[in-house]
Amino acid sequence: MNLEEYAAKHHVLVPAGVPTPEGRVCKTPEEAAAAVTAIGPSVIKAQVPTGKRGKSGGIKIAKTADEAASAARDILSMTIGGHRVSQVLVEQLCPIERELYAAVLIDVASRAPLVLFSTEGGMDIEEVAETHPDAIRKHVVDIHKGFGAADAGAMLKGLPLGSAAGAIGEVLAKLYTIFQDKDAELVEINPLALLKDGRVVALDCKFVLDDSSAMRQPDLAKVASPPKMTALEERGAENGLKFIQLDGNVGVLANGAGLTMTTMDVIDHFGGKPANFLEIGGEAYTKSEIALDLVLSNPGVKSLVINFCGAFARTDVMAEGVVKAWETLKPQVPVFFSIHGTGEDEAVKLVRERLGIEPYDFMEDAVKAAVEAAQ
Amino acid sequence: MIYRRGQKVLVQGMTGKQGAFWSERMREMGTDVAAGVNPKRVGQTFLDTPIYGSAVEATRHTPCDVSVIFIPPSMAKDAIIDAIDAGIGTIVTLTEHIPAHDVLEIFARQRVSKSRIIGPNTAGIVTPGEGFVGIMPGHNPNIFKPGRVGVISRSGSLGTLMCLNLTRANLGQSAFIGIGGDPIIGTTTRDALMELDRDAKTDAVVLVGEIGGAMEEEAAEYARTMKKPIVSFIAGRSSPPDKKMGHAGAIVTGGRGGYASKRAALEKAGVQVADTPAELVALLQQVNVTKMSAAG
Repeated sequence: MNLEEYAAKHHVLVPAGVPTPEGRVCKTPEEAAAAVTAIGPSVIKAQVPTGKRGKSGGIKIAKTADEAASAARDILSMTIGGHRVSQVLVEQLCPIERELYAAVLIDVASRAPLVLFSTEGGMDIEEVAETHPDAIRKHVVDIHKGFGAADAGAMLKGLPLGSAAGAIGEVLAKLYTIFQDKDAELVEINPLALLKDGRVVALDCKFVLDDSSAMRQPDLAKVASPPKMTALEERGAENGLKFIQLDGNVGVLANGAGLTMTTMDVIDHFGGKPANFLEIGGEAYTKSEIALDLVLSNPGVKSLVINFCGAFARTDVMAEGVVKAWETLKPQVPVFFSIHGTGEDEAVKLVRERLGIEPYDFMEDAVKAAVEAAQ
Repeated sequence: MIYRRGQKVLVQGMTGKQGAFWSERMREMGTDVAAGVNPKRVGQTFLDTPIYGSAVEATRHTPCDVSVIFIPPSMAKDAIIDAIDAGIGTIVTLTEHIPAHDVLEIFARQRVSKSRIIGPNTAGIVTPGEGFVGIMPGHNPNIFKPGRVGVISRSGSLGTLMCLNLTRANLGQSAFIGIGGDPIIGTTTRDALMELDRDAKTDAVVLVGEIGGAMEEEAAEYARTMKKPIVSFIAGRSSPPDKKMGHAGAIVTGGRGGYASKRAALEKAGVQVADTPAELVALLQQVNVTKMSAAG
């Protein structure tokens, strides 16, 4: 779950005492003009949950109210990375001495928090890692010890930061507190600016909330950008199903993430194109009825593969849902089954007797038949 | 991380619907389900098994080698730390969607202990002919049969299909190690590969990976040093980038975690990578034939 720049600054950085420039969120050119009149020359920034705003023209400088209105008008008509821009952040222009980088994230390799700092801000950290590895400092945190200003000081030692080192260290320590308190997967300030007047401020911020922690961070979950979903994907989500709509013509219904991805891969292998990802494993295995309805509602679907290999998920329960849905929906698309694992005998019998369809022994054969039927 | 006959298993969350169902299935296959935990049913007997208030208390009466976690996400951290405090050697964590910071706390504790964590979000471990721990159809003889092929899988459903295919081709399994679909897990592909390399009952390895993370690449570095043949299948070749494909760990972002890199790393290490599950079995049969003709 991502927070857009303004939400991340307003709900995360500011309450934790990390300085940010004065700014206002605006939905119209008139609001943007008024904001610049109030706070002076500003940067107008598209608020979309994606990077590359600058490269797409989503960030412009406005010195006057007229310039602000015109810049906001341009940006508010844009679509960036598939996201329509519906608001801009008007933020006071700051005279920058130097751009830095600071972040705290979950490090998979060490299974611990990782504090990252770089003297090369404003660019992608992976790029810096390749071109200027010396500019990056890393600190893996022992969560029982935490990470305070003293740790930050040790981490920054030797970098040419002058008198700003103390203020930067404080920002790093605050970022770690944010990371811990707010269940962050990532909190990143890029750039962290050292201003000509000596202040250190966050010019941009990216905050990713751990999906599994949304329940205990309800305030942040509320202000996170809604994920970009198609109408069918939304219907899936409302029913607790992970449905991803794709542009192929062979529908997929399988249990478990691994088996579902594999079913898609085998469709691709035989020259077909999968129409969706949809798994009904785990706790969702009783939802095959609504799942089938979702897959069949995808307008591109010309044939369907149903591939069950039951472990935790019982294939008899899944098959019963499918059969019931089939009898209600009476779809015209051909369907090809492969069923194995927990509850297999009952499941095969159900499909055979109620739908008059004989499941294939190997999933490859079911997929091949479905790909041929779709052509 | 390979279950052996006679090892005692503690079931945390035994009295729940799934805990009860799978405790019976485990026992059907010969797993020694020795004790259960449910603080609300202390002193009771459930499925002929004593129930204790905590893992620490349970192991005071019944020392256990393995614990299996059937506990919902919000309470999983406490249950796992309880199992670590009880000194249990292997903790099979089935729970999916444990908050990430709870996972960090779990591993901070595990790091200074002797416990190994398998998962989170694993379907479990199976040793055909000996027993299983988790939610795999280990008790189903059409899917698992004793033999000499070790199987590693991030996914339970795909791992099940692979074992089914092996069994149909008369290739029995020495062990199935489900490592879990989460990005942060206690036992990595490489850890499992090293274990199967050491295992005297394993002659060849099936490595079932998927997109996301760098575990297959890390395992490839070790695979290079192995004498036992390895064949692999990596799921997710046709998955779109920037989407979590069901498993929290299965996501390709910023060009990392993709299929091509994993396949290239494995192939460079001498591992044959199959395009479909059925092809994997064919590759393994070839390996077996080659090995036998080389030996004879």
